[in-house]
Amino acid sequence: MSMTSPIIETNESYLKKVEKVHKQNRIKSLLKGLLFLLPSIILFGVFVFYPLFRTIYLSFFLTDAKGATTVFVGWEHYVNMFTDPIFLKSIKNTFLFVIYTVPVTVIISLFLAVIANEKLKGIGFFRTIFSSTMGVSVAAASVFWLYLFNPTMGLLNEFLQMFELDPIGWLTDPKWALISVAVTTIWMNVGFTFLILLGGLQSIDSSLYESADIEGSSYFYKLRRITIPLLSPTLFFVITVSIINSFQTFGQIDILTQGGPANETNLIVYSIYREAFVNYQFGSASAQAVVLFIIILIMTAIQFKVGERRVHYQ
Amino acid sequence: MTLSLGKKITFYILLIISALLLAGPMLMAIVMSFMTNQDILSGSLPTALTFDNYIAAFEKFPLMKFLLNSFIVSTVIMLGQLILASLAAYAFVFMEFKGRDLLFFIFIGTMMVPFEASVIPNFHIIRDLNWIDTYPGLTVPFFATAFGTFLLRQNFKQIPKELREASLIEGIGDFKFFLTVVLPVAKSSLITLGAYGFLTSWNMYLWPLLATTNDSVRTVQIGLKQLQTQEQLNDWGMIMAGAVTVIIPTLILLFLGQKRLQKGLTEGAIK
Amino acid sequence: MSQVELINISKSYDKQKDVLDGINLTIEEGEFFVLVGPSGSGKSTLLRMIAGLEDITGGFLKIGGHTVNHLPPKDRNLSMVFQNYALYPHLTVEQNILFGLKARKVDKQEQQKRLKDAAEMLGLTDLLKRKPRELSGGQRQRVALGRSVVSHAPLCLMDEPLSNLDAKLRANMRVEIRRLQKRLGLTMIYVTHDQVEAMTMGDRIMVLNDGKIQQVGKPITLYNEPENLFVATFIGSPKMNLADAAFSEDGRFLIIENNIKIAVDSALFTNIPRNRKLKIGIRAEHLFPGMTKKENIHNVEVVNVEQLGNETMIAFEVGSELWTAKWTGQWNIQYSQRIPIQILPEYLLFFDAESGKLIQSAQEGKRQEVVSV
Repeated sequence: MSMTSPIIETNESYLKKVEKVHKQNRIKSLLKGLLFLLPSIILFGVFVFYPLFRTIYLSFFLTDAKGATTVFVGWEHYVNMFTDPIFLKSIKNTFLFVIYTVPVTVIISLFLAVIANEKLKGIGFFRTIFSSTMGVSVAAASVFWLYLFNPTMGLLNEFLQMFELDPIGWLTDPKWALISVAVTTIWMNVGFTFLILLGGLQSIDSSLYESADIEGSSYFYKLRRITIPLLSPTLFFVITVSIINSFQTFGQIDILTQGGPANETNLIVYSIYREAFVNYQFGSASAQAVVLFIIILIMTAIQFKVGERRVHYQ
Repeated sequence: MTLSLGKKITFYILLIISALLLAGPMLMAIVMSFMTNQDILSGSLPTALTFDNYIAAFEKFPLMKFLLNSFIVSTVIMLGQLILASLAAYAFVFMEFKGRDLLFFIFIGTMMVPFEASVIPNFHIIRDLNWIDTYPGLTVPFFATAFGTFLLRQNFKQIPKELREASLIEGIGDFKFFLTVVLPVAKSSLITLGAYGFLTSWNMYLWPLLATTNDSVRTVQIGLKQLQTQEQLNDWGMIMAGAVTVIIPTLILLFLGQKRLQKGLTEGAIK
Repeated sequence: MSQVELINISKSYDKQKDVLDGINLTIEEGEFFVLVGPSGSGKSTLLRMIAGLEDITGGFLKIGGHTVNHLPPKDRNLSMVFQNYALYPHLTVEQNILFGLKARKVDKQEQQKRLKDAAEMLGLTDLLKRKPRELSGGQRQRVALGRSVVSHAPLCLMDEPLSNLDAKLRANMRVEIRRLQKRLGLTMIYVTHDQVEAMTMGDRIMVLNDGKIQQVGKPITLYNEPENLFVATFIGSPKMNLADAAFSEDGRFLIIENNIKIAVDSALFTNIPRNRKLKIGIRAEHLFPGMTKKENIHNVEVVNVEQLGNETMIAFEVGSELWTAKWTGQWNIQYSQRIPIQILPEYLLFFDAESGKLIQSAQEGKRQEVVSV
């Protein structure tokens, strides 16, 4: 029956046709793929990539109050920035803030995740409580703590009074302000970090614990030898996310301290905000933003490099 | 694993103390929101329960309008994220074309650009579009999400490739397959991402602060800040009533979806 | 018009080494054709190329006389059953079966008629409202078959459809698929790694290894006259016993593994070159019990005995090779016992040790190839 049709398969023309169809298919699938991605690509382009390059561009200019560039100043903003004690202080405080918040958040969350991973009656209730701060917005959390830190009515100072200690100006004393903001931040971030770590714990194969039980290992031995190593990818993830989040802190500061006292809590994002939207210095604010971007880029890169080596992947 | 009674008690004590400490600030706020101003100022325990603070917050303040704005903004962002992320994730999982992996790499790369670092040009863009004090200005910049795309991609990957192949033989196009097979099958991860998107949008602070200049579309977070700055000196009961109102929707969402969120976010975190 | 023709088909990825090379094959209308080979042999790739799920790198594919290299899967008028069944988990059995028909906009009444027929044929009538996860493995398999049946496509492709089922169910489904194919007159191309499946189901079998056709033929032909060592060992269970062999200088003896000496009538083996290295092969059922016989008896030490009830498998060493004999009935033999075994030269197959090609198949085996009824 195949003989009825002319033997086209040896024809060059058919081969060409097949090649053409393949090419068309490739183009078609490329276009279709791009069509699915197009909305995301456009929005990323407009709201991520263009602003990124625009920020870099702006950092070399002086601008008017509307943000239009006026005078090209080259590296001047950067040079000024690194001689400006206020900016240097904000950089220093930002790093301090990361050091205050990240380890404590992760340790508390890990502790909560470990105790909430036991199979006990009513454990679901505790898990819900522990993750609840994830649902608390930065504005609400700041308001809660604003009251707790209140020098006269606040609960914290009332506790101190109970033990006959001197009250502390939590948000007004330069020694305490950054710590107070850090405490608020830790409280806010524990919910999310806890939830992720609990998920990590639950994904550990329970037969590992069962075989350790048969070998008669102690609770802490299991924690050290099974839980922590197998949790390391999750730990690695939450540490990275926490660091990046800490660098991006803004809301707490805006409500609790407005950067004060004496710029002690003027962290980098707040500093950018003030420079741009209070002082209308978009050029120098952009230069600060570039610094923030680079810091976060480096932090992520380091995290990945270090993490890759230390992390125990299953 | 069964625990001895002693261990059980130890765990319960630890759990209860931790829960009290962690929930403390929230509990305090809830209690205060029902206290009279006199009780608060005198620092005593509540002597009477009252809804006055809530009534005051809603009457003196356009709190209802702020709540509605937040609800609209969060819902729109959530839907936008779901649509864009699921489309993109579909392309990354089920379609093969040149440059796909490079594009995925670029998508992931956007996670490294903190929004705070590009906020200045973003503000100018919205202003030049005349989107200040509009819903689009508050929502559109957040539609595209690398995290959401990544999360859904992980999930779509678990759908057997054979499903797509079977549908190819039956003559079903990509978009139809996406709508009638992938979305229903991946329903639970869409709900996870939706809940997460709503939660983060509801709690957004910096952008609504910049992109709103009046009460017309202002979200409840900024409203709360206003309430706090205007009333700071005396009326803590009313401020707390406002703060509690703000967190109720997200807390409900979290209580309902805690298990799912945890599973979904962990899957997104660890491959 | 569902004859499938493969003309010099090849496949390679990224200009690398060919995964498939020089595949020439014609599959007749209404034929049950089995592609069998070890994993990585390229059999699934070949099937997917016929389906249109993979591009064809070289050569031509004709279905029903038309070259279809350029056509997408949906225009090739075929159906396919996958190893994991590829059922849509969120749809009921009915929706799963009708999914393709809806996409092709088949008339509603026609849809229902086909659904009813297929459900009756496959015993799915009571399961139509269930979701796949509420079904057993065998039931899912039937749903996948149902999807294929309702499509009314004359060509059906199956990719290891039974490998996720347990042994008993598999045996049942083998019969069912076979009956279905005959009843509907389908042209079937069936991929499996299981030679038993291939032997029991195929009208013809193609053995594939390393991207190359080893042999194409009827199951019995492959069994009796394997074209090379690969087919000889791949087809049949237990696998064919093999050993190095050489003729004695005077040609009166065949020496196996420098160990067993068999007297041969040289007239039988005139075609076999004397100067080349040889491999001989013999099927397990052709190693007869030697208790009551005299000629060509060799005593061997038993290293393992398997009692299957209706037959007995006896393993013993021949030089470096482990051979198995299959004796009908029940034999009381112990480990390490020495037993006599009859090795008749007319049951031996000869292969070229270097190329692995068949030189001569068993004289006796050929004669009794098919018993006509």
